[in-house]
Amino acid sequence: MPTLTIDGIEVEVEAGLTVLQACEQAGIEIPRFCYHERLSVAGNCRMCLVEMERAPKPVASCAMPVGDGMVITTNSPAVKKMREGVMEFLLINHPLDCPICDQGGECDLQDQALGYGLDRSRYTEQKRAVKDKDLGPLIGTEMTRCIHCTRCIRFSSEVAGVPEMGATGRGEHMEVGTYIEKALTSELSGNMIDLCPVGALTSKPYAFSARPWELKKTESIDVMDAVGTAIRVDTRGPEVMRVLPRLNEDVNEEWISDKGRFACDGLKRQRLDTPYVRRDGALQPATWDDAFAAIAENLKGQDGSSFAAIAGDMACVESMTALKNLSEALGSNNTDCRADGAALDAGTRAGYLFNTTIAGIDDSDACLIIGSNPRREAPVINARIRKRYLMGGFKAGLVGESVDLTYACDNLGAGVETLNEILEGKHAFSKVLKNAKKPMLILGQGALMRSDGAAVLGLARKLAEAYDMVTDGWNGFNVLHTAAARVGGLDIGFVPSKGGLDVAGILDGAVSGKIKTVYLLGADEIDTSKLANAFVIYQGHHGDAGAHAADVVLPGAAYTEKNATYVNTEGRIQHTRLAVFPPGDAREDWTIIRALSDVLGKTLPCNSLDDVRSRMAAMNPVFGGEELVTAEWGTFGSDGAIESGGFASCIETYYMTDPISRNSETMARCIRALYGDSEGKTGTDG
Amino acid sequence: MAMNMIRQSLKSFLLAELVTGMALTLRYMFRRKVTLNYPYEKGPLSPRFRGEHALRRYANGEERCISCKLCEAICPAQAITIEGEPRDDGSRRTTRYDIDMTKCIYCGFCEEACPVDAIVEGPNFEYATETREELLYNKDKLLANGERWETEIAARLTADAPYR
Repeated sequence: MPTLTIDGIEVEVEAGLTVLQACEQAGIEIPRFCYHERLSVAGNCRMCLVEMERAPKPVASCAMPVGDGMVITTNSPAVKKMREGVMEFLLINHPLDCPICDQGGECDLQDQALGYGLDRSRYTEQKRAVKDKDLGPLIGTEMTRCIHCTRCIRFSSEVAGVPEMGATGRGEHMEVGTYIEKALTSELSGNMIDLCPVGALTSKPYAFSARPWELKKTESIDVMDAVGTAIRVDTRGPEVMRVLPRLNEDVNEEWISDKGRFACDGLKRQRLDTPYVRRDGALQPATWDDAFAAIAENLKGQDGSSFAAIAGDMACVESMTALKNLSEALGSNNTDCRADGAALDAGTRAGYLFNTTIAGIDDSDACLIIGSNPRREAPVINARIRKRYLMGGFKAGLVGESVDLTYACDNLGAGVETLNEILEGKHAFSKVLKNAKKPMLILGQGALMRSDGAAVLGLARKLAEAYDMVTDGWNGFNVLHTAAARVGGLDIGFVPSKGGLDVAGILDGAVSGKIKTVYLLGADEIDTSKLANAFVIYQGHHGDAGAHAADVVLPGAAYTEKNATYVNTEGRIQHTRLAVFPPGDAREDWTIIRALSDVLGKTLPCNSLDDVRSRMAAMNPVFGGEELVTAEWGTFGSDGAIESGGFASCIETYYMTDPISRNSETMARCIRALYGDSEGKTGTDG
Repeated sequence: MAMNMIRQSLKSFLLAELVTGMALTLRYMFRRKVTLNYPYEKGPLSPRFRGEHALRRYANGEERCISCKLCEAICPAQAITIEGEPRDDGSRRTTRYDIDMTKCIYCGFCEEACPVDAIVEGPNFEYATETREELLYNKDKLLANGERWETEIAARLTADAPYR
């Protein structure tokens, strides 16, 4: 461990660190623009210059590795002068249009010009101007403001793995852009906005709408996918203005997927803000009392077994707990949270979790992906796998559709035949798995949603056991979920019990008349055409497919509007926080079910959020314990025959997968920009 | 002691104090008047006078305000509310610019903060209203003020410019 002296302070740091990192450890702030701890070192902004003893010239601390006995000075008059000089050079071509710049108030250049720059400008000559680039519907550009730190270029080629950004020209003629103008296709492109130290790349949907100092910041969790990305919801009054990622090394590091960041404008459209009751064939606004009375009347004299409940992809654990308890009180076993029909086994927790954990990907050395496209299903996890791939000594193979995952991933085959070959050791990839010290497999929902999903799950378990993926301290068996609600639902056992019906059974039952009442808790991704004969209660936040099929609509709260629990694909228990109140008459979801239970005469014994959470803990002890616990291995899945035929990812269009993103204007623009209006085109319009 | 008494009595009997007072009155009668026949006459105003607010335009008719929200941020009474969005030509403009004149304390910070001299406190102080609602100014009202007072505002800004 080298020891160096920084401003008279002696620090001992790990070998291989840079001087800048050593300074940080010593508690000394070094200004920087191009350096970013998750990107490679570029050393082109020169803002981090420091003096080093016995060096003839100042050194760029971000690029200088530490050495034993180094003596660094960061507070001398010479360093101050260097910083002022660099700042002056950077500002030569920067337009100083802070008042109209969206970065104003949270701009690195602004802050550092104030902290380290001169108090006046000596530059009176012409400034250069750069033509703006069109980077698609998410990122707005003002390239005159660019200071050429190349963070965006390094991000797109290193982290996102879609090397679309680059620089053309040199010196004063350098321009950052895509060269051939096009929309960025990365699912992580929004992170470039956060990385940009100036206002060259800004959020297009958020353009000019607010200033950082007027926003209320609420720390929460993203539910657009099952990763459980830590987010900060910025609100002004009753409006969610933007969503930003928060640091969580174990989950998302500091990245967020574009859907999680930009779909929040869907929270303002097509919202259910008042209860509706279907009268004369049309849904008409009603009061809560009317809506509950309509449900009570329908349920009167009905047998409990004809009641069914389906939880959708964004339901919180609290509301599912309440609904499960209500169904039990009504005498129904027909509850299912697997709205997509995935054959997940709620019996063994390890059988439906991402057991390796997201941070654990860094330790693995081989990965078999089955029926999944992590780039679309969980872009942040895909970036983590790419990060592992870039470290070297990592092999990935994919069984399913051939897709570009941004890292080298051999397509091993399409379906079950390949899996059997690997299991029997006949496949070339068997050797990779055999030789790997910490192999892992990722099982996508696409492989489990088939009618023989249970058998695929069983086969995957056998694969994991055959290749020693489950050992002491390592579990390489991973199910990659796409719905934020799924793991939570399985954890509290929101699945058919004692001969109850699953989603397919409930839908068929509704057609045959066996099921008379269906309670949809935000379930929109089901075949609602089968519900025509049943009395449908829809509780949710958007007027989407489920609400259209409903007879009674109960307006609930979206994830930014309630204190709720979600369990991510690793089994990590996290909470969203109320950032704004639900619109109109809408209420927090568990309170709706609690109020309904009162009207139905089956009052649930929970009067506060704490009561509900203690019920959750009673149903599954994981809710009472730590954020993340390791699940015990067990037996799950079935041995049945598996049909041939390739696995496909369960997500076709990344930008629209749930009611919020379907109602988001920004997401619609993304689809138009990336996939085009394919209908009605003749093939001659370019 | 006795002399003093005699002097006092003489002063009182000869109405000396009254005469002194009347002499002062008489002197002022022939001086220039300081009272003004308001509202037909008005006193001089400093170019720095902080009166009713106005939003200015450029000579070509383009509104100056760029929705930077600095005035909103600095306002100690939180009397200003701004909402902005990109205009059709892509420029940054307000969709809403409200000043609650009942909250305003006329500190002039908004004018100081404005990077484009858009919001100014003009020379007008005669805008009493009959209802409270009339004092909740919106963007149209402020722009109309700007148009009405532009000549005077511009002249005052020029007059004060050397001292800024």
